[in-house]
Amino acid sequence: MNKVVTIGSPARSRNHWLWIGLPLAALAIAVAWIIAVNPLQGLSNGAPAVEKLTFERVVLDTSGLHLLVRAGGAEPMTIAQVQVDGAYWQFTQDPPGTIARASTAWINLPFPWVLGETHTVNLVTNSGITFEHLIEVAVPTPTATAGQLKLQGLVGIIVGVLPVAIGLMFYPALRGVGQSGMNFLLALTIGLLAFLLVDTIEESFDLVVTAAAVFQGPVMVVLAGLASFLVLMAIGRRRGTPTGLALATYIALGIGLHNLGEGLAIGAAFVAGSASLGTFLVLGFALHNITEGIGIAAPILKERPPLWTFAGLTLLAGGPAVLGMWLGSLAYAPQWSALALAIGAGAILQVIVEVGAYLMRRNQKGLDTFFTPPVMGGLAAGVAFMYATAAFIKV
Amino acid sequence: MVDVGVWLRDRISRRSVLTGSLAAVGGTAIAARSALGQSASHTDHDMAAAATDPAPHHMNAHGAMVTVGEVDNAANGFDPILMLTDWERGTVSVLPDGRTLRTFEMTAVDKTIEIAPGVTFPAWTYNGRVPGPALRAKEGERIRIIFRNNGSHPHSMHFHGIHAARMDGIPGAGLVDPGGEFVYEFEAKPFGCHLYHCHALPLKRHIHKGMYGAFVIDPDPDRRPDHAEIARSRLLDTPENAGWQELVMVMNGFDTNFDEENEFYAANTIAHAYAKTPIRIVRGKPVRIYLVNVLEFDLINSFHLHGNFFDYFDQGTTLTPTLKTVDLIIQCQAQRGILEFTFAEHEPGLYMFHAHQSEFTELGWMGMFDVVEALA
Repeated sequence: MNKVVTIGSPARSRNHWLWIGLPLAALAIAVAWIIAVNPLQGLSNGAPAVEKLTFERVVLDTSGLHLLVRAGGAEPMTIAQVQVDGAYWQFTQDPPGTIARASTAWINLPFPWVLGETHTVNLVTNSGITFEHLIEVAVPTPTATAGQLKLQGLVGIIVGVLPVAIGLMFYPALRGVGQSGMNFLLALTIGLLAFLLVDTIEESFDLVVTAAAVFQGPVMVVLAGLASFLVLMAIGRRRGTPTGLALATYIALGIGLHNLGEGLAIGAAFVAGSASLGTFLVLGFALHNITEGIGIAAPILKERPPLWTFAGLTLLAGGPAVLGMWLGSLAYAPQWSALALAIGAGAILQVIVEVGAYLMRRNQKGLDTFFTPPVMGGLAAGVAFMYATAAFIKV
Repeated sequence: MVDVGVWLRDRISRRSVLTGSLAAVGGTAIAARSALGQSASHTDHDMAAAATDPAPHHMNAHGAMVTVGEVDNAANGFDPILMLTDWERGTVSVLPDGRTLRTFEMTAVDKTIEIAPGVTFPAWTYNGRVPGPALRAKEGERIRIIFRNNGSHPHSMHFHGIHAARMDGIPGAGLVDPGGEFVYEFEAKPFGCHLYHCHALPLKRHIHKGMYGAFVIDPDPDRRPDHAEIARSRLLDTPENAGWQELVMVMNGFDTNFDEENEFYAANTIAHAYAKTPIRIVRGKPVRIYLVNVLEFDLINSFHLHGNFFDYFDQGTTLTPTLKTVDLIIQCQAQRGILEFTFAEHEPGLYMFHAHQSEFTELGWMGMFDVVEALA
């Protein structure tokens, strides 16, 4: 066979290009014909074009309200009038004119909003269709000042870095555990990760329904999660199944991606004014995340990693919370937060699989490992602890 | 250890108090500046540019709380300012018995109109306008209305007046299918400020789509010897009537997204039309407004005049006021009446009028009288 056509032969190469070019040319001709002749106009039933508008960002400052909207209709859209709390207000649009499908524009309103109260913005398009956005609690939108970044960084450290560090500080105490204790801790890790997986997926889906249809929310979440899972599995297993420090690092990465999503959510809630970020809430997050450190420590209990690796693992798992806070409050859009959470979900799934595999290998009992009392107990304890502490942060 | 929570809360509240108070005092500053801002941004903002060029000073009366842009009256085929004094008087002939026959020709047509700047509405209209022509006749005249339906749905003309059952414009009595025609005939009575509207079903849809108009019957002074002078002042074409400034306003609204709530309110269809182009009033000349409410979905509508009081003639069927010296009246749907007032002892200036349901006002039903010494 390779006698007939060798891979590099010019004839074969020309044929290749021909068979790529021909279908593309057919497509181009078909598109041109459909546009030019418009044979589908019989389908038009006189109904107005579908209009869709999504609100992606809202900024409140001393000059009024500013809303970033994304058009998602079948045709370019025109915003004709804007109501705030049932009254028409002068507005400017940037850029002005029609908003093409999938593109965005800022709507600026010189509206004297009231601190701490609710406002409703209603955009009226040229066909009279309305799109409403509720500003639940009007507070000034944080701007990227040094003080603001420092403040948010601090909150990120408290909810992300601090609990992981505290969890890892149990390391010396945990080193002495026996086989059952080790099984319990690894199962505890799987339990807490399972909670995070469910929580992350749920939050991701919640967010993505508010995003523009053009992003195909649920499909994006599922595909991004699966892709991140498969890529991390492939990377992790380049040199066999990960154990010890490598496994701890993957756990830290998965938790880090989850914390990034969590930071995005807190930052966005902060901007939207829906979270007052009281002491209670911040401490609740910190408590909720303490088991994460224990989970990271579990695979390296029988090793003696250098001290700096603990710092590295802490930063990898907790640092993204800081980054998330910044991104979430300064450049929030639901689809990007959902994407981050979906990638996090994939990473968490990878870690669950790897910790489970590690657990089975240690015990040489296959799947039966999971039905031993220490493992069942650990799984239950992990999920229960996360569920119970989550009560602090669900407001 | 620093109590981060407290520190955080402190910082937030200090920031908020500062910004909050800025926002509060900013209210007026924002309003004042926006008028300038709009004209400044004339070149780079299409939409804003149309809003106010250059921002007339009366706009400040409502601050930045107003619709943006201008309606294309030419494309609509009707102008809210001209509509105020545009009476449809039909064609007049004399019947064998010597009475006057007044004939109106009315046609129902589907028409997309611009009801607020940039917002179109698929209306059903009489003679291509919303409200339909303001018909005006004299008490005792024979009225003949040749009604053709060129629309896509059955329509009718139901007059608020005295007439026979078969002239009522309800299903079975003058309801006209698309392409059809019907002639309504009755005597013009009682005198007053009335209305007509389509009575095809479903009624709500046919009314809010735009099928209504004013129907004014002037009193015959010969039949009202007790108040002949007043009757003459109400009768079009008399010298007494020429001393008045008469306006017709039909208060309506539009539910543009069909959720049975109006997105726009107005007098004579165009939201904020008389806010952007105030109605000129000569100071010394008394004003008479024929006011009709056809608002759908909302229970009532109202009319409030700033800085002045008026006499009110409910349904206009009397020559003495039914309410004296009021600055606010309310009307349910199809209620109507005549308002009489004067600015003779006022200083010239802009006098606001609007529905005193703030919701309606802020969604477009607001206007201005520009009281001047004399028309230029």
